[in-house]
Order: sequence, then structure tokens, then C-alpha cells
Amino acid sequence: MRALTQFQITPAPDGGGATLAFSGPMTVASVGHVDAQLRHIDDTVAVIDVSGVAVMDTVGAWTVWRLSRDHGASITGCGDSAQKLIDAISRADANAHSVRPERLPLLQRVPDKVGEVMIDLGHGIVQVIGFLGQVVLSAGTLIRHPSRFRGKALVHQMELVGVNALAIIALMSFLVGIVIAQQGSVQLRQFGAEIYTVNLVGRLTLRELGVLMTAIMVAGRSGSAFAAQIGTMKLTEEVDAMRTIGVSPMEALVVPRILATMLMLPLLGFYSSFLGIVGGAFISSLALGIPFFTFLSRIQEVVPLHDVWVGLAKAPVFGLIVALSGCYQGMQVKNNAEEVGARTTAAVVIAIFMVIVLDAFFAVFFTEIGWG
Amino acid sequence: MGDPAFPIRVRGLRTAFGSHVIHDGLDLEVRKGEIIGVVGGSGTGKSVLMRAIIGLQVPDAGEVEVLGQSITDAVDDDDIDIRSRWGVLFQGGALFSTLTVAENVEVPLREFYPEITDELRHEIARYKVLLSGLPAEATAKFPSELSGGMKKRAGLARALALDPELLFLDEPTAGLDPIGAAAFDQLILQLQQTLDLTVFLITHDLDTLYEICDRVAVLADRKVIAVGTIPELLATDHPWIQEYFNGPRGRAAQDAKARHAQAGNRLAVAQEDEA
Repeated sequence: MRALTQFQITPAPDGGGATLAFSGPMTVASVGHVDAQLRHIDDTVAVIDVSGVAVMDTVGAWTVWRLSRDHGASITGCGDSAQKLIDAISRADANAHSVRPERLPLLQRVPDKVGEVMIDLGHGIVQVIGFLGQVVLSAGTLIRHPSRFRGKALVHQMELVGVNALAIIALMSFLVGIVIAQQGSVQLRQFGAEIYTVNLVGRLTLRELGVLMTAIMVAGRSGSAFAAQIGTMKLTEEVDAMRTIGVSPMEALVVPRILATMLMLPLLGFYSSFLGIVGGAFISSLALGIPFFTFLSRIQEVVPLHDVWVGLAKAPVFGLIVALSGCYQGMQVKNNAEEVGARTTAAVVIAIFMVIVLDAFFAVFFTEIGWG
Repeated sequence: MGDPAFPIRVRGLRTAFGSHVIHDGLDLEVRKGEIIGVVGGSGTGKSVLMRAIIGLQVPDAGEVEVLGQSITDAVDDDDIDIRSRWGVLFQGGALFSTLTVAENVEVPLREFYPEITDELRHEIARYKVLLSGLPAEATAKFPSELSGGMKKRAGLARALALDPELLFLDEPTAGLDPIGAAAFDQLILQLQQTLDLTVFLITHDLDTLYEICDRVAVLADRKVIAVGTIPELLATDHPWIQEYFNGPRGRAAQDAKARHAQAGNRLAVAQEDEA
């Protein structure tokens, strides 16, 4: 049990100001309990007596000083050290006006916030387009000065984005292939058309799912990594340091990442489609009685080649979106660590959203040009 | 329980990172109410020593006792319940970047004394910020909006939030301009005298050593090779100490101190004459 601050108010006999007498310790650990009561003293206090105070720290000194300031009371019974503390506090407090940020009422704050978000959104779109322009410009510069191109960084990023993702994408695609084949066959069996499971798995994975799932996985794996990495480098002024040395962050950080993602995504997408088909063939041989290699050779017959081209054509575009979103959000980080988290989240969410929107657009587009 | 006259006691401390031995058999005792300066070349483990004392670095051997409590015997973090009695200023300030300066100062108050009302907590944060020599406007600012010197002051305000008995300062004046550094020295001295603090101060700043330190501990050869006032250290014949205090920079700081004292004397004489 720790000792608490005690106080007692004695009204003056002649009706003047009362005397407020403190006793016990007046420290950060003991004042908190009586603070609320001290703020609601109705009597006018003329004298504050601290002679009964055992120990005082700055919190105690502040409390005494604040009371004496608010009530216009005098302080008596101070020891040397207590007096020193109160003097130091009053010196610091003098001439400093209170600064508390103003808060708008709720009804104004909501539209205020909505407006801010909308304006930010508008600025954001313009800035992303500007960023894309910068990337294209840097790429152009690199084409004119190929010696400045960072081959090592590109290969390193290709390893991070592509090679390191092989295992997880294989597992994911294989399982999705199994699900499509198994669920599809259950539905098709009702029409006695189980053999079309091959068409379903082959066309769906090559045309849509392989690339789409890969893009989502890469957005989660690499898009977030780009944003967090570049964002942290911004915070620690590494990006600024690069600029002063004459290294363009666009050329050193952004272009290799975007290029690596654009190069790796078609490969990963095709790989994912292939493993999806293998998954479908695997479950078909177990559950549907279609032999594994028969399934694979049927794929060749029922899937038109343009399905492969549709899938491969979309992949670099998705790669661009994922990498651009990650790098852009990373470069926007400033001020604090919270921003890194928020920007990383934004990078992934926006990338996945844009990939799905564009995928819908591509689906309609390729069907309309006759690659249905 | 330990001796209250020595808030910090380090005995036989050994720290090593892999095969790289930083401290070996290091002993140090800090007296209550003094400002002890810790000096040593780069890489002699000054910051590591501080981290070992405040329990952030587990030493390989040896004993550390702070305010009568053993830090090295603590099994987990909760065993160290003297955290409310010390304040630490890290080299870069180490302010929480998502909180304003005032909120930074409020964090330890909130943590240790939840019963303090919001109003009082705001007031405490405000006067601590003012005591550290920042303007009142700085309370609402975020660390990213502050200059390096202001960050150090804000870090000091947070270190002082709970009125600690012990204050650890890691290179408080590094990176400050000479005027700012001198003002910071005076601020520490003034706070130390007002609040009756014991200060553990790591520094490279010779002026700081001459101006405010009561004793200086010299780290070299993986040990504290000498502790004492600067004249006492000058009397030893260890080559590093001689080079440190009698090198060109050491001489300059010595001269500055002498000039300072002389000016003070002259002022006092002049005042007496007037009287």
C-alpha cells in the first residue's frame, strides 16, 4: 500500500480565504488520487500550507503551483528543495500559453474528413500517372545509356519475385486445380458430361485463374515488400542519400523492381496454369477414372492456343500494376512508422483491386475480338 | 538490498558478441547525486554498458545492481520493477513517431500511474516539455516535424516524465550546435540540481565533461581503467587518458573552462567593487 497525498481545508474565521493544508507525500505516485477533488474546491483558497508534506517531486510542485495560480493563493511552509522545484515550474510556466489543438464538432468533422479523402483520391490518381511517367522516362534514359542499367539488381529482384515464389504458387495452383476439377465434375455429372472437366480445368486455368491468382499472390508477397522496403528507406533518408550521390532512386530501386515483376509474372502465371492442370489431372485420375496422361493429352485437343496467349498477354500488365503500386506507395512514405504500414496495406489492396478490374476488362475485350 | 549511496553498481561485467569481447571484468560504482561522465574511444562499449545497466543487454557474466535491485538476476522483464525510477534518453531521442511530443511524455505516466486524470496528465506533459527547454507549441508537434536538437529535448522530457532518481543520457549533446550543446549542458546541470538526480552520461563532448561532470569514468581495454575528477585523471599516466585530455581538443576545452572561470571571478570581483 503506497501512501497518498492528504489535504484539509480550514475556512478562515473572518470569512476570508481558506487555508489548504497538504500532508503525506506529494509525488507522481500519490497526487493522482486527489487531483479530481482538488480541481473542484469551491472555497477560495488564500493560503496553501505544505509544511506537512514529506516528499515532493515536480508533479507535487506543479499541483501546488497550479492551485496557487488559479486561486491567487500564497504558499507557505516550503522546504528548500520544494521551493526550488516550485520556482523551476513557475519559471517554465510563465509566458507559455496553453496549446491544445482545436477539435471540430462531429457534424463538421465527418464531411471534413470525407472531403479530405476525396481530394486525396484525386491527387493520388494524378500522382500515380505522374509516377508512371517518371518510370517510363527513366526506362527511356536507361535504353539510351544501357551502361547505367542495374543488371544485378534486376536479377536479384527476379529471384525474390519469381524463384522464391515457386513453391507457394505451385502448392496454391495444384490445390485450386483439384478444387475446380472435383467441384466441376460433380456439376457436370448431372448432365453426363464429366469428360468436359478437362475443358473446364484447361481453359479456366490457362485463360484466367493461373495469371490472376499469381498476380494476387505476387501482390501479397512482393508488392507489399516493395512498399515496406522503399518506405523504410525513405524514412531513414537512404533514398535522399542516393539522390545526393547522384544515383537516381528511380533507376536503382523502381525500374529493376517493375521490370523484374513484369518479366516474372508471365512465367509464374504459365507455371501456375500448368500446375493447376496437373492438379486437375491428378484428382481426375483418382476420382473420375480419367487416366492422368489421357487428361493431359486431351488438354492439347480442347484448349485453343489463343487461351494461352490471352493468359500470357495479361500477365505483364498485372505485373506492372502490382510493382507500380508497391513502389509508388513506398515512395510516398514520410514522417513515421505508422505510414509504412498504411502504405504497405494500400499497395496490396489497390494492386489486387486494379488487377481484378483489369481482368474483367480483358475478359470482355478478348471475347469481343474473337478469342472467345 | 544494496547500499543507497550507490544507485548503480556493476561488478565483473563481461559482454561479448560472438568472439568479440566488449567488456571483461568491468567494475563501476556510481554515487548518489553525482553526474558521472563515461568516455572512451569509439567501439569501447559505452552504449553497451548503458544497455547492460538498464537491462536491454544480457551480459555473459557479472552483476549489475540498480537502485538496490539486481538487473542480471531478473528472469523476465516483469522482474525489473524499478523502471518507473529511471529515465533514459537514447542517442537519437527514440521518440514514438506516431505520437506527438506531449503524448510521448504521457506514455510512461499512463503506463505506471493510470489513476492520474487526463487533465493532470496533459498538464504534467506540458510543463515537462517546458522544463526541457522546448516552447509550448512543440507539445502538439510530431517527432518528424522537430529538428535534431528539439528531438533530444523532447526525449529528455519523456525521460523525466516520472521524476526519476536516475537519468541515463546517451550522447545528449552529439549533433547539436555549440550554443545548443552548452544550453543543453546547463539544462542537465540545472535539472540535476533541482530534481536531485543521479546522472549517467555517455559523451564524446569534452566541454560537457569539464562543465557538468562531477566524475569521469574512462572505458578502455575492456574495463573501466579509471574513475575520478578530471584533475585526478590527468594525474594518471595512462597513455589514452593523457592523449584524450591533453590532445588539441582536450586542451581547447581546458582553456575554455579556465577562461570561463576567470570571467566568472572577474565578474564577482567587479560586483564586489561596485558594492
